[in-house]
Parts: sequence; structure tokens; C-alpha cells
Amino acid sequence: MIAVTTMKIEFEVNGKAVSADVEARTTLADCLRYDIGLTGTHVGCEHGVCGACTVIVNGAAARSCLMLAVQADGEKVTTVEGLSNDEALTPLQASFRKHHALQCGFCTPGMITTAHALLTHEPNADEERVRDVLSGNLCRCTGYISIVEAVLDARVAYGSKGE
Amino acid sequence: MKLAPIRYAAPATMDEAIALLGSCDAKVMSGGQSLMPIMAFRLATPELIVDLKKIPGLDQIVIDDQGVRLGAKVRWCDIESDGRLAQANPLLAEAIKHVAHYQIRNRGTVGGSVAHADPASEMPAIAACCEAVISVIGSKGARKIKAVDFFISALQTSLEADEVITEVLLPAWPAGRRWGFQEFARRRGDFALAGIAAFYDLDGQGCAANAHIAVFGASDRQHRLPGAEAALNGRPVTPETIAAAASAASAEVDPPSDIHAPGEYRRALVETLTERALAHAAK
Repeated sequence: MIAVTTMKIEFEVNGKAVSADVEARTTLADCLRYDIGLTGTHVGCEHGVCGACTVIVNGAAARSCLMLAVQADGEKVTTVEGLSNDEALTPLQASFRKHHALQCGFCTPGMITTAHALLTHEPNADEERVRDVLSGNLCRCTGYISIVEAVLDARVAYGSKGE
Repeated sequence: MKLAPIRYAAPATMDEAIALLGSCDAKVMSGGQSLMPIMAFRLATPELIVDLKKIPGLDQIVIDDQGVRLGAKVRWCDIESDGRLAQANPLLAEAIKHVAHYQIRNRGTVGGSVAHADPASEMPAIAACCEAVISVIGSKGARKIKAVDFFISALQTSLEADEVITEVLLPAWPAGRRWGFQEFARRRGDFALAGIAAFYDLDGQGCAANAHIAVFGASDRQHRLPGAEAALNGRPVTPETIAAAASAASAEVDPPSDIHAPGEYRRALVETLTERALAHAAK
């Protein structure tokens, strides 16, 4: 195995096969934004504190600033763009709109990807669990109450039996 | 900020990984959840990253008569979802609930945390408290290191540059052992301002024996508190005994002041958290 400074990576983003020539030091977040052209993934702190860059890797939420793009070689990545469609708002998006769960919108991609991953695995997550999980995503407009309400309200679309 | 230039390798075997680690200023990457931030701050600027992702194994939690064996690539979410651990080592199960935030828990690993040796992190505290045995392998072969010899100072361990952690063994946990885990952080998942992991057994007279109390977040490394343990051993665990042990604990630490908290505050936390951990244990 030879160590490389640049590498051609092939992986799946939002269901489509993509490839990119990246420097080894490139984070997955920067690769998605600059090489793949998907700028929905936001880069806030760049060191794993703010959660804005959250994507879903092989089904699990991950911070794309804490992954090298080369680590995503062969993996399946879902970004916030993969959680919407052209026809209508998804139930999670509609719930964010209904509850006014965003102000400036910078943190929103990370909130949506995190909430989607959580509700996919735990559709019956209670308020304490939602708060615990979203504690890894900073919103500096102080909109947490409406964000938590939006996520709780979206549970039914993920198969929650209700409380 | 952006990372400094690096080279990257994802070898398929441990032998190749060890050879690469010995070839230059290299760092092992497993989950990368501690290494990536320090590279982003350029506190670490390794020449080469050796990614363990293609190396098979190292990802199992084995529970046998020796205790709990955590493979180096076991992630926090694996520990969280393993129902056996509530019995096999409840102290570990409780402590891991406090590790980092949701997204990081999906990638961060036992071996990575132990090798990184952040003084405020939970896994090294459990290793110190439980007298873990850390298995490593390098160019000179495999060896086992006791936790007390492993953690040297903040971000410093006795790992050689070409050694990789393979397993962390937490010795068997007898039924009836009493335990408590307390951590104080501004938000759950943030770095601890201070924390205590503690257990003891009960002797025939109902007195504490074999007390193990470890502190984290209040020293340059995770370590046990022999004075507090001595205040507990051989005595019935009453509120008075607990208070004496907590007082001894705070006298045994000399926390530095930093932007997060003054040293005196951390010292007060150590006393309070020791008291709470032992009160939980005694319940």
C-alpha cells in the first residue's frame, strides 16, 4: 500500500455514483461543496463542534468536517440535498416550516440531516432524546424550542406510533 | 482551519500499517474524531495518516471470564447499543453515555480515545479506574500495558510511534460491586470540567473493600485517588465516610486554571462529584 497525497475517490452521494480527485487533506465537507458542487452542507466551525456540516454516512449521522474525503471512498453519503425532492416539501421540511424552526438558516442543513438520521433509527424518540441529540448542533439564532417541536412533530412521518 | 498537507494510506493488514507508521512522522486514524480537530487546529501536523478502516477485526466487544474486551475500533454507539454491558460493566455503560455528541458517537472509537489521551475524556477514566490492560502491537511485537503505565500526561501515552492499540481489557466485574459515575460539563457531550469514576466491593461485614476512585478533567491525566480510596476501604459506607473520601479526593488534585474554569472551581467539583458518585454507589 502506497501513501498518497492526492487520490481519486469513488463514492455514492444521494444515490448517485460520483468521483473526485482530492488532496488527502481535503475534508469530506469541502469535497462535497467544492468537488461535487453540493453546497447545502454548511461548514461552520471546521473542528467538529457546531454540527452544521452533518451528513449521513452509511446510514449514520457524521460530521463531514471530521472525515477526510478519502475516508469516504466506497461509502454511501447522503447530504441535505438528498433529503428533499422537487415536487413538494418532505414531512420533515414541512414540519420545520410549520414550526418556524429556522431563522438565518445556516444551521438548518445539519439540523435536518441529524433529525432525519435520528428519526430513521428512532422514530419514537422523546423530547429528552431529541434535545440530547440536537445538543450537538449549534443554532445561534436561539431557535431550539421550535426546532425541537418541528422534529417531534415530524416523527409520525417516520413511523412513530405516537406517545 | 484547513488541514496542513498530508499523505494518506489505508493498508489492508496490520503489518503494513506498522511498517508505514515506522516510515516517517505518521499518525494512526481510526474514527478520526479527536485527530481531525487537532489537525484542523494544526496542533498536530503529521506527515502521514494511516487509516485503520480496511484492517479486519478490532471491532468486537467480547465478554468472557476475563472481563470485557473492547476492540480498538469499537465505537461509542456500539457500546451504547450493547445491552450486555449493563451487567458486564455498568460503570463503562454509564460513562459512555457522556462521551461527545450524537454524530461523533457514530465514528469515535475506544482505541482512538485511549491513544489520544485527552485528560477530560471518559474512556481513559474507565481504563484507569478499572485497571484496564491495553494491548498494542508494533514493530517489536505485541505487548500489554497497564492503564497506570499508559497515561503519562495530557495527550501523552507510553505508546511508541509505530504501535497500534488492538484491545482494551476491563477486568471481570463481580456481581454486587457498587459503582458511581459523575461528570460535570456545561452541556452533556461537552468536555468534562471534572469527573469521577468509582467502584468498591463489600466485605463480609458490609464495609467497603477494593475501592477504586479515578478522576478526570481535573489533572494532566486520568488517575486514581489513593487517599480517597483509603478513606473508604474497611469502613461502612455512611454519609460521614463518603464526606471524608470526597474531602480526601479534593486534597489529592491540583487542577490547573484555564479559560473554562479556575482550578479552585475544579477542585470543588472533584469533592462534590466524589460525594455524588459514592452516594450513588451506596444506594
